[in-house]
Amino acid sequence: MSQHLQGGKVDISLIQTSARKNLINLLDKCSGKKALVWDNSLAGPVGLIAQYATLRDHTVTKMYPLRPIPLPETDVDHVIFISRPKLHLMDYIAQNVHSDSKTKSGSRKQYHLFFVPKKSLLCMERLKHKGVFGSVILIDEFKCQLFPFESDVVSMEITEVFREYNMENDPTYLYQTAQAIIYLQQMYGRIPKAWGKGVAAKQVWDLVMRLQRENNNEDQKTNQQPCVDQIILIDRSVDLITPLATQLTYEGLIDEIFGINNSTALFPIDHFLSSEEKTTESLSEDKKQIILNSADKLYADIRDKNFNAVGAYLSKQAKAISAQCESTQEKSVQEMKLYVQRLPQILAKKKQIATHTAIAECIKEVTDSYDFLDYLQAEQEFLNCIEVDKPSPYIEQMIAQGKPLVKVLRLMCLQCIANSGFKPKVLEGYKRELVQEYGMNALLAVSKLEKVGLLKLQSSTRQYVALRKALRLIMEDTSEINPTDISYVHSIYAPLSIRLAEHVTKSGGMKQLQEVLGLLPGPTLDETVTASPGLITGNSDTPMTVLVFFIGGCTFSEISALRFLSQQEDSNVEFLIATTKVINGYTFLNSIIEN
Amino acid sequence: MSAAILTADWFLLGRDLYYRKFEIYNMFWQPNVNLSNFIASSASYGGPIAIRHNEQKFVKVQGSGGQPVISIFSGSGTQIASFKWTRRPIVHMGWTNDEELVCIQEDGMVVIHDMFGKYQHVFSISQKVQDTKVVDAKMFTNPQNLTGIAVLTSNFKVFLINNIKEPKTRQLSELPRSNIQPTSWVVLSEDTTDVLIARGEELYRLKQDEHHISAMLEPDITNKYTAILEMCVSLNARHLAFFTDSGILWLGSTDLRTKYCEFDTNNVHKPKQMTWCGNEAIVLFWEQDHSLLVVGKYGQKVTYYYDSSVHLVPELDGVRIISNMQHELLQKVPDVVQKIFRINSTDPGSFLLEASKQFQKGSHKANEYISLVKNDLQTAVNQCIEAVGYEFDTEIQKMLIRAAQFGKCFLSDMNSDSYVHMCRLLRVLNAVRDPKVGIPLTITQLNYMKGRFQELLKRLITRNMYYLALQIAKYLKLSEKDGSSYILVHWAKHKVGQSQLEEETVAREIAEKLGHTSGISYSDIAATASECGRKKLAIKLLDYEPKASKQVKLLLELEENTPALVKAIESGDTDLIHMVIIKLRDKMPLGDFKMTVRSFPVAQALYIKYCKEHNQQALNEIYIQEDDFSSQAETFIADSLDDRKNHMKESLLSSAAEAYKKGRKDLYALMCEEAVKLSRFQKEHEEKVPSAKNKLLDKSVNATCRALLEINELKLAEKFRNEFKIPDKRYWWLRISCLAQQNDWTELEKFSKLKKSPIGYAPFVDVCLDNNNRQEAMKYLPRVSEDCKVKYFIKVGCLEEAADVAFQQRDLQGLMYVQSKCGNQFPSLLEKINNMISQLDTRR
Repeated sequence: MSQHLQGGKVDISLIQTSARKNLINLLDKCSGKKALVWDNSLAGPVGLIAQYATLRDHTVTKMYPLRPIPLPETDVDHVIFISRPKLHLMDYIAQNVHSDSKTKSGSRKQYHLFFVPKKSLLCMERLKHKGVFGSVILIDEFKCQLFPFESDVVSMEITEVFREYNMENDPTYLYQTAQAIIYLQQMYGRIPKAWGKGVAAKQVWDLVMRLQRENNNEDQKTNQQPCVDQIILIDRSVDLITPLATQLTYEGLIDEIFGINNSTALFPIDHFLSSEEKTTESLSEDKKQIILNSADKLYADIRDKNFNAVGAYLSKQAKAISAQCESTQEKSVQEMKLYVQRLPQILAKKKQIATHTAIAECIKEVTDSYDFLDYLQAEQEFLNCIEVDKPSPYIEQMIAQGKPLVKVLRLMCLQCIANSGFKPKVLEGYKRELVQEYGMNALLAVSKLEKVGLLKLQSSTRQYVALRKALRLIMEDTSEINPTDISYVHSIYAPLSIRLAEHVTKSGGMKQLQEVLGLLPGPTLDETVTASPGLITGNSDTPMTVLVFFIGGCTFSEISALRFLSQQEDSNVEFLIATTKVINGYTFLNSIIEN
Repeated sequence: MSAAILTADWFLLGRDLYYRKFEIYNMFWQPNVNLSNFIASSASYGGPIAIRHNEQKFVKVQGSGGQPVISIFSGSGTQIASFKWTRRPIVHMGWTNDEELVCIQEDGMVVIHDMFGKYQHVFSISQKVQDTKVVDAKMFTNPQNLTGIAVLTSNFKVFLINNIKEPKTRQLSELPRSNIQPTSWVVLSEDTTDVLIARGEELYRLKQDEHHISAMLEPDITNKYTAILEMCVSLNARHLAFFTDSGILWLGSTDLRTKYCEFDTNNVHKPKQMTWCGNEAIVLFWEQDHSLLVVGKYGQKVTYYYDSSVHLVPELDGVRIISNMQHELLQKVPDVVQKIFRINSTDPGSFLLEASKQFQKGSHKANEYISLVKNDLQTAVNQCIEAVGYEFDTEIQKMLIRAAQFGKCFLSDMNSDSYVHMCRLLRVLNAVRDPKVGIPLTITQLNYMKGRFQELLKRLITRNMYYLALQIAKYLKLSEKDGSSYILVHWAKHKVGQSQLEEETVAREIAEKLGHTSGISYSDIAATASECGRKKLAIKLLDYEPKASKQVKLLLELEENTPALVKAIESGDTDLIHMVIIKLRDKMPLGDFKMTVRSFPVAQALYIKYCKEHNQQALNEIYIQEDDFSSQAETFIADSLDDRKNHMKESLLSSAAEAYKKGRKDLYALMCEEAVKLSRFQKEHEEKVPSAKNKLLDKSVNATCRALLEINELKLAEKFRNEFKIPDKRYWWLRISCLAQQNDWTELEKFSKLKKSPIGYAPFVDVCLDNNNRQEAMKYLPRVSEDCKVKYFIKVGCLEEAADVAFQQRDLQGLMYVQSKCGNQFPSLLEKINNMISQLDTRR
């Protein structure tokens, strides 16, 4: 069990334990040596549940990624495929099973397939069609709906949720999301109150109610005292601005620049070596892998800060540590003993400081560049509605310079939203530019973005202008070092989604909200399922736990903003964050435009 | 009640082998039923009694128009049903273990009715049987507790069905010289089921193997005889009894190795019925003198005389005797009952009972009796508790319970569970034994039933006694799944079977009663409705089914295609939607299918997605049908980008352009056409211009232009630029970045002076810096527009100039920015800037 998952009012490590038990039970169904073949999108997340050592204890001797090439020869008794229910992966599995069973050792091997989290009819059909249905002995489900990331963050780790629903009108993942919520309820009790915004939010909650009715008889545990007082469902399409805006928190920037996957990021190695190492070391690896989660106390302290506040904090910490180390001379024997006892901790902390200083340097290199600053300036001008209705010279320049398509599109989409849609002329111009630089691919990408509403033509109402004012989305004068408002996460922009959550959980906030809800797309959900004692009394002193579920993904900046809200002195809300995937502007757009 | 009265109905059949015969019911059917004229049959475990006229007796039958009538009564003689028999003559009538009435016809057809006379189904034993004729049939219970049938045909062959639920017919081995009629036969169901058959004095055992040749068996019998007239086997299949034409009764083991006794009945007539009573006595009844003879295993006997004919029903722990007036139970007195009530018993239970009686009388003797059992009080209490279960008479029950309760008072550490449990059990038993219900069930039988209470509930449900069943379930605190839900679902199933009721009302009533309780499967009820041919009702009921998967499956079975699709979509479970779509595609005409799917956006979306993976052809058809030109075009474009289809690239793009035109997307159409043009241009010039080889194909417009510039095909680039309408600004960008990349600084400078730059001169600085030429970059600084001059001075590294410019422009922000860039390296400059800042500040 991982320590860093505990600590909140809701014990997330329960999810880890239950998922691990489930996996191990499945593995133990096959006695003997096992090779696991992983769907690439799962290998990482499952690492959050069970380390390789755990798997080895259950006689897993080999692990391979699932690819359309034959498996290496192995002397195992069982080959277990662990996969999402996706058709092309079924083809890979079929290919693997076919070729492997023809090898020498193949005849005594058994093949199994565990779907995560649920079988699908079409996949089973596909396996039948490919003629391997009979060769796969055990087809089971590894019912892991949610992967535990932090004591306050869980994720379904599915990238395509937004795309599939908004572009293809395929509600599969909404159903899965509803099941994930059911799973949370089985774990932590029935959630008495729900608020949500957006079509997907409404639909997910309807499905939750429906599934609850269906399962009525099966789970007795839902009668327990709820650990979560309220759920806030946020459909990503309600707030498309936030993922497009550049995140300026420490963690957000790491994700934007280096990418964080399953709490792990890769950094260029040279910042992590001392000067001697740089010269002597034959650089065997050019990347340094670092696990980023709250098991690292220092990281927990700085991850949510605006990057501009990180440097100062780190140097303060460094000074404190060196002060501790240096002041050894005037110590009594007693004090010395104490000091020696604490020495390992001090050294560990020192190492943490060194690591994060190196990371900060990596980031600073990027954030100090003109590329970054110019981009940020353009972004902030758009957010401030400056010259949003004209083609942006900066965007045109980016296109002319052949900057990555997704980066251009990110800024373009942001401008589009800030202007509440483009004039036809502007959009056409952009399209022309894009196609001339990036080819027909850009045309496909643009039409996809149009389908999901990220690019659109202007309508009569100027939603963004109204929202910006009503929800105070732009706060120019807040401090990045000692923030007083969530806008610090993007330096000037307060995430719309979190503003909603802020209003919903603040006493009296709902009333203000009523005015703007009409400006946001989709229906509003506001239901009290069962009256919980805390809600009846309306007592603002009893702390509330609110689960914010992002359907379609959320950013690290949003997570930071929610943490910031609950840390405020006048706040009595503890947030728990669930998402279909942690995203940033690039991963978000890529999930939409990629084939 | 004195001990003498309590034991008045006891009789001895050997040392300490007490039997008793007592009345359970006074039959309600009197005086209408005279068993002498009827053939009766009753289900075991106190089941219902069916009677039909004995056709061999001539009696006046009223109003049935000559057709025989079968009447069914409860154990207490209350009529449950009565129906005319319109089929072929019945050879044998009996009951299955779950109380269904089985009638075996002479043509070998087996007809099954429920206890309300409602026809269930019919099956034929076998063609061979049908071809001959059934002359006799017997029913039996095999060790798996399933009901079986054996028939004897007119050509004296025996056929067997081991389980009436899954009728598989087996022919048994044949008798030697099989053309002679057997005199009696009996089924012997042990591990395998055999038949013992007697022909005159010969006795054979037939096996389930047609080719087995049966050897003649020779039982150890001393009394002469010429024929065995009747045989019977005990319920546990261990003991056999046969009756010979010399009036001798032979008792022994079924393997004939052990003989218990030979007994002379002094009666040479074939008894009407002969049956084992438990395992230690046999009961015979003769029609001639209405005498009932009970013979113990060791030859003691007792005879009773009746006024009229009776019917014997063997039970596991005794025999029920049904007569015109009474329904009696004949059984061995259970040991514990014997211990308590036997005269002069010295068992602790007996003393405790006496003590309790004295206590109630207020007599001091109570104390004496209690002290007699002081040491065995626990046993005494247990005996009373155990014994009470065997009693039917509520007075005796009370007496024993009081005794147990009294004894309990003297035990400090007595666990009351068994007491409480027995009290509950008694209440339930008394409730079902009530004449209104009429199930004379003994506690032994209840305990022997598989699933005990479940089985009891099932029996009440079979009788439509839902309310009582519910009360019992509640009283016994059964779980919802085993108790109330189970009962309610059956009630609902019964309800839907009643065709006279209006559908809407039935559905509503059921929903009201059942609600959304756990364990209720509306789809099961709906399935029953559908079986009863009430499709509409089934559909209505399915509305209440919370489990979408069940709902959808049944709707599909009912051919309710669209509702199935609707429900699947409502469920949100796309697996379910896919299932419906695939099923519908397979069973509906294609046109109808498309129309159905089309009217549901989600279904359409999923079908499109499915087609993308499985059927490109169908996908195109949908796009065409839907006039979705954009999607068509996008498919073409995606294909054109596929390397494998490179050879078709231009035609695919043209098709895309066509599609866009149809969809009035002129810009996109134009772009596609331009892409075609581009591809042609690239091909053409890769061939024409040697240096362009492999540099143009598959590149975008910009990239092509850039490539042309890189190979210094300036004219061509210029031409290309005009042809493809590359805007000035972008062309300039391309041009200067190429020049800088090529380090052609003179050309760059020339170009900068050619005419006024449409992109300003900041980009010139940028491209120089990008290619690490600060010196060149500086050249363009003066021409950089004012508003970004500070920034560009800083970019180039001229901090002081930057500060000056900022100061001139009174740009406080700019100054601070320069200040931040200075760091600690240039103290003098820093001072200067600080100065400037303060000046600007004061001037403000």
